[in-house]
Amino acid sequence: MSDGGVLILAEARQGELREVSLELVSAAREVAAGVGGRVAVAVIDQQAERFANAVGADGVSEVLTVTSPTEHFEAHVWQRALEGLIERERPAIVLAGHTIDSLGFVPAVAARLGLGFAADVTAVWWAQGPRARRGAYGDKLHAELDFPGKSCTLLTVRPGIFAAAPAGSGAAAARAVEIDLDGTARTEHVEFRDVAIGDVDITKAEFLLSIGRGIEDKDNIPRFEHLAERFGATLSVSRPLVDAGWMPNARQVGQSGKTVKPRVYLALGISGAVQHLAGMRSADTIIAVNTDPEAPIFGVAHFGAVADLFEVADELERALG
Amino acid sequence: MKFVVCVKQVASLDEEFELLEGGGVDSDFVEWELNEWDTFSLEAALALRESGEGEGGEVVAVTVGEQEAEEALLACLARGADRAVRVWDESLQGADPLAVARVLAAVVERESPDLVFCGVQSSDAVTGSTGTALAGYLDMARVAVVTALSYDAPSSTLTVDRELESGLVEVVRIGLPALLTIQTGINEPRYATLRAIKQAREKPLVTYGLEDVGLDAGAVGVAAGAHTIELQTPERGAGAQLLDGSPAEVAARIVEIVQERMSG
Ligand SMILES: Cc1cc2nc3c(=O)[nH]c(=O)nc-3n(C[C@H](O)[C@H](O)[C@H](O)COP(=O)(O)OP(=O)(O)OC[C@H]3O[C@@H](n4cnc5c(N)ncnc54)[C@H](O)[C@@H]3O)c2cc1C
Ligand SMILES: Nc1ncnc2c1ncn2[C@@H]1O[C@H](COP(=O)(O)O)[C@@H](O)[C@H]1O
Repeated sequence: MSDGGVLILAEARQGELREVSLELVSAAREVAAGVGGRVAVAVIDQQAERFANAVGADGVSEVLTVTSPTEHFEAHVWQRALEGLIERERPAIVLAGHTIDSLGFVPAVAARLGLGFAADVTAVWWAQGPRARRGAYGDKLHAELDFPGKSCTLLTVRPGIFAAAPAGSGAAAARAVEIDLDGTARTEHVEFRDVAIGDVDITKAEFLLSIGRGIEDKDNIPRFEHLAERFGATLSVSRPLVDAGWMPNARQVGQSGKTVKPRVYLALGISGAVQHLAGMRSADTIIAVNTDPEAPIFGVAHFGAVADLFEVADELERALG
Repeated sequence: MKFVVCVKQVASLDEEFELLEGGGVDSDFVEWELNEWDTFSLEAALALRESGEGEGGEVVAVTVGEQEAEEALLACLARGADRAVRVWDESLQGADPLAVARVLAAVVERESPDLVFCGVQSSDAVTGSTGTALAGYLDMARVAVVTALSYDAPSSTLTVDRELESGLVEVVRIGLPALLTIQTGINEPRYATLRAIKQAREKPLVTYGLEDVGLDAGAVGVAAGAHTIELQTPERGAGAQLLDGSPAEVAARIVEIVQERMSG
């Protein structure tokens, strides 16, 4: 690839390719024709070649491998690697996942190279130049963006929006790109730790009663524990209840908590922030109770009641008799 | 130690908000407050200063924002920040994270702190990008999405927890100077006393234009990463089937739906 085309940055952690990498291949289809059809996927890893086959999905023209000097993701190494890739390959559009790793280096690349840039985009298309859509005012509105005067635009794409292309479905050749990364690391890895281990496994529950900041006070929690028990549900929560120390990590649903797929997810007083939806949007049936008719949770719910959760909770207790 | 804490006055839309002709939001429906993430990052700076190691340090709160953003700075001063800086120019209206970071970089360079704190994200723009873009401009070492930190003075290194997806945490070490983006839950942000709220008005709060920090609208405009064409009300797909009626009727329907779905 040279001058133009789409460059996708794949993501791996602890030896596993992350799903978002293949979602980006689908996102690239939306703009590939506009930028001349070439789609390259870059992998940065200590053993980058091990992912070359998997990321070479149908629609990918070439796989680029960059060998990292560190075993794990390191923000400054990745920053330099992506800068090097952009300087050499001169893509018109670069797509990365809007993931935690990306948060640590992708905006720095955009800043340093003076690129067009938008984070957490939910749609991309081409109209004489790249266009993108992202949330505004906490996803209550959408903003449509363009990138005037930029020869390269870097976008981080919200995970879970595009369907993942089947891994290894293409026949793209791999090419190693040599970028000198020695001495670029500025943090030292100590260890990984799992903080969400606890007494219950909410990922196994068929029916989750999930409560959010709308419950207002720690003292209200026993009431919902009681309701969950009466209803035969497992109690789960949104992040603020864990942050406040009211409930253990193991009960948290969302990007930094657990991904759940129960038959029924009943959400009381949860607004539906993107990181919460990331953990529950594929539940079979979602029922949401919220006083705010514009709450984003109603965008994924199958059934919604614009109502006071305490009043509904009281009536549920009564109905369950 | 010297700390710069970047804070934002965020907008939330109330339940009956309306879009103006031409794409903006009618300001009658906007409520302003200090970004939730920034309350945690301010607390992190204050706590570190009060711990033996950071003793005697200075905490400077910085914002890029209009007049109403002074409320955010006053909130920081009331909680214990020593000084505050606000930068504004009309050309920054609707500025994207790269443009904001470019302005913040000019301020941080002048302050030359040991540690810069940002929030992981702002609740209105939700870009999660400003802090890391700022680190890029400053060529400063950084860790994003920090949920715990401890400072070792002899080696002047921080050991921090970097929160990943799905309950995983990576522990990393980083030397100073550094920039951290702080995640909610890392600490318990303090409240300001009434007395402190009154005294906050006595503390230094300066307002700069772009030229005061060595920039001009042209330079910031070039830094901007994107241009907003328009704001839209999202399409909600098929949308939720509405359960209406009294709370009792809503509850009865919920019980019915649950029983039906759980027995299938
Ligand atoms: C990197 C990162 C990772 C994150 N990971 C997660 C995660 O894993 N899980 C998670 O949940 N969040 C996560 N978050 C936080 C997320 O951005 C939101 O802040 C959080 O989900 C908000 O929780 P909430 O909906 O309970 O609170 P809020 O957004 O404050 O919403 C409360 C809702 O309750 C409604 N309400 C209030 N009173 C009532 C009433 N009486 N009756 C009915 N409704 C009422 C309000 O209208 C509002 O919609 C993460 C954020 C970041 C940056
Ligand atoms: N206008 C601003 N002024 C000062 N700091 C800001 C501003 N906008 C964003 N920030 C900082 O960047 C963080 C992330 O915001 P964002 O990139 O908008 O999601 C915030 O928590 C602040 O620390």
